[in-house]
Amino acid sequence: MNKRQIKLMQGNEACVEGALAAGIKFYAGYPITPSTEIAELCAEKLPQVGGKFIQMEDEIAGIAATIGGSLTGLKSMTATSGPGFSLKQENIGYAALAEIPCVIVNVQRAGPSTGLPTAPSQGDIMQAKWGTHGDHPVIALSPTSVRETYDLTIKAFNFSEKYRTPVILLLDEIIGHMREKVEIPNSDEIEIIDRLKPSVEDADEYMAYKPKKGELVPPMAAFGEGFNFHVTGLMHDDFGFPTNDANISDQLLRRIMKKIDNNVNDITMYEEEFMEDAEFLVLAYGGTYRSARSAVKKARLLGYKVGLFKALTIWPFPEKRIREISNKIKKILVPEMNLGQYVLEVERVVKNESEVHHLGKVNGEAITPEEILSKIREVL
Amino acid sequence: MNTGSQLIKNNFRVEKLPHIWCPGCGHGILMRAVTEAIENLNLDKKKVCIVSGIGCSSRAPGYMDFNTLHTTHGRALAFATGIKLAKPELKVIVITGDGDCTAIGGNHLIHAARRNIDITTIVFNNNIYGMTGGQYSPTTPKNEFGTTAPFGNIDKAFDVCKLADGAGATYVARGTAYHVKQLIKLVEKGINNKGFSLIDAISICPTYYGRKNKKGLAVDMMNYLKDNAVDVKAVKKFQKEILEDKFVIGEFKNTTEPEYTDEYNKILEKVKHLHK
Repeated sequence: MNKRQIKLMQGNEACVEGALAAGIKFYAGYPITPSTEIAELCAEKLPQVGGKFIQMEDEIAGIAATIGGSLTGLKSMTATSGPGFSLKQENIGYAALAEIPCVIVNVQRAGPSTGLPTAPSQGDIMQAKWGTHGDHPVIALSPTSVRETYDLTIKAFNFSEKYRTPVILLLDEIIGHMREKVEIPNSDEIEIIDRLKPSVEDADEYMAYKPKKGELVPPMAAFGEGFNFHVTGLMHDDFGFPTNDANISDQLLRRIMKKIDNNVNDITMYEEEFMEDAEFLVLAYGGTYRSARSAVKKARLLGYKVGLFKALTIWPFPEKRIREISNKIKKILVPEMNLGQYVLEVERVVKNESEVHHLGKVNGEAITPEEILSKIREVL
Repeated sequence: MNTGSQLIKNNFRVEKLPHIWCPGCGHGILMRAVTEAIENLNLDKKKVCIVSGIGCSSRAPGYMDFNTLHTTHGRALAFATGIKLAKPELKVIVITGDGDCTAIGGNHLIHAARRNIDITTIVFNNNIYGMTGGQYSPTTPKNEFGTTAPFGNIDKAFDVCKLADGAGATYVARGTAYHVKQLIKLVEKGINNKGFSLIDAISICPTYYGRKNKKGLAVDMMNYLKDNAVDVKAVKKFQKEILEDKFVIGEFKNTTEPEYTDEYNKILEKVKHLHK
């Protein structure tokens, strides 16, 4: 086996390296702090692998061109932060309904509005799920380290290709700008998934939105391959042609939701620590997880029986596991850089099985281990 | 069932017809003209990609048997830019409307023109928002009426051709749903231009624009196009006062400048030695 490469890397850089490992060939975006390094590195690196980079005229054009790139068969990505993520929402819904794989990176900064452009936040958790109008499938991942950013970017591409759906990668300014030593896996250690394609013999009968029997994800042809299919953001039939038919519309929306709902076990990623004898739990994600882990370790030294849950998949919510945990855990603390978003999901799932507490911070500063520890002592 | 001429059979998803446009709408004529230009140029159908936004105009690609993409409102050119850059061998044609292209999509129009990316944009210009029921658009003439301009429109109208020219398009022309033969030629030349082309194709909307402004029936509106269009080559023959109520059609600009995807290919060449 080849020796793994060791690099000192920033989170945003790891995102680009992960994307390259996953096979990215197209990037379109618009400069915005604190995500800009992703665009800069794509501008430099993509041409070197025969890929394409374009700086578009605005955020909306950034995702529109990204979807266009994906329709020609190229793995495509765009990156942004809060205000840009807001602007991209309509076309995220378009990609979900038209079933076009792409990765949207949101390096979260403090909002609302222009907010604190250089400060971290986890304020876009609910927006990632509900930002675009209408019911729609959502996959959102959030790494807690530079190495995880590399891995989860690959995962984001894999999920988008496998399920023909946009995938949101939620970094935060802490992870995006943090530098860490990263051991880069060799290419033979990385699983890469490419979208399912129809066979050329089927070109005449190709139905862009008809999955094979018993499956949920239709094979996807690329523009220019002879399939001459239609893509629309209207409700559509198996061919992709617009329809107002109530049954067809209902079936379409339920199918694209099922792509995720029926595969939560494949998509849901989390890690647990100190759980054997735990009576209390700290649930954290993204940059805040790092402080949470430090706090839990200190609390353990002080004799508190605290477990730690790291959510890597934000959406779909790790519902099944949290429900199981709530059967034996008395209290759950959710620290996050917002005024109470992910905690709502925890409350929804555990109902009254556990007591749920929240530690929120929105002043643009990271939540410190001390703050979490003091909250642990207060509520436990 | 009568499925129409060979042109229709060759270029349309016949089973999806009839189209949704109102009786008397000019869009059907424009859509047919676009396919006739494609056929005359003998383009490989597998390599033709037609992209639209939202509105009456933008329903056209659904009927046309190519790689077709019906995007979000105003964003056709942004999606098309991604497609063209990702796969330059595709002939990318954008069908859009006056509202789609010059209001909500105005930013994408000027930047696609500025880049001189090889996309041919045909604006189905009916001077109104038809799909939403007759609101004034950026090309509704001043003092005319729409459902959102019940006392007359006080906005000054865009000249779409001047806008595209100023932004850097290398081929700019205007045709109408009446002057079909000329329009087909203009679209052909636009497609052949290696760069950003814009053809302002004047349509008629008897249902909303016509009704709100007492322009008569579809035939009357067609006659208006016939009687008031002045070819750019003939403009000099007319006195200024006579031209005031007329509009000019024909080819306004046909130049050659570096094209965006060609320029990007040069970058790819430049960094080839760095390829892993």
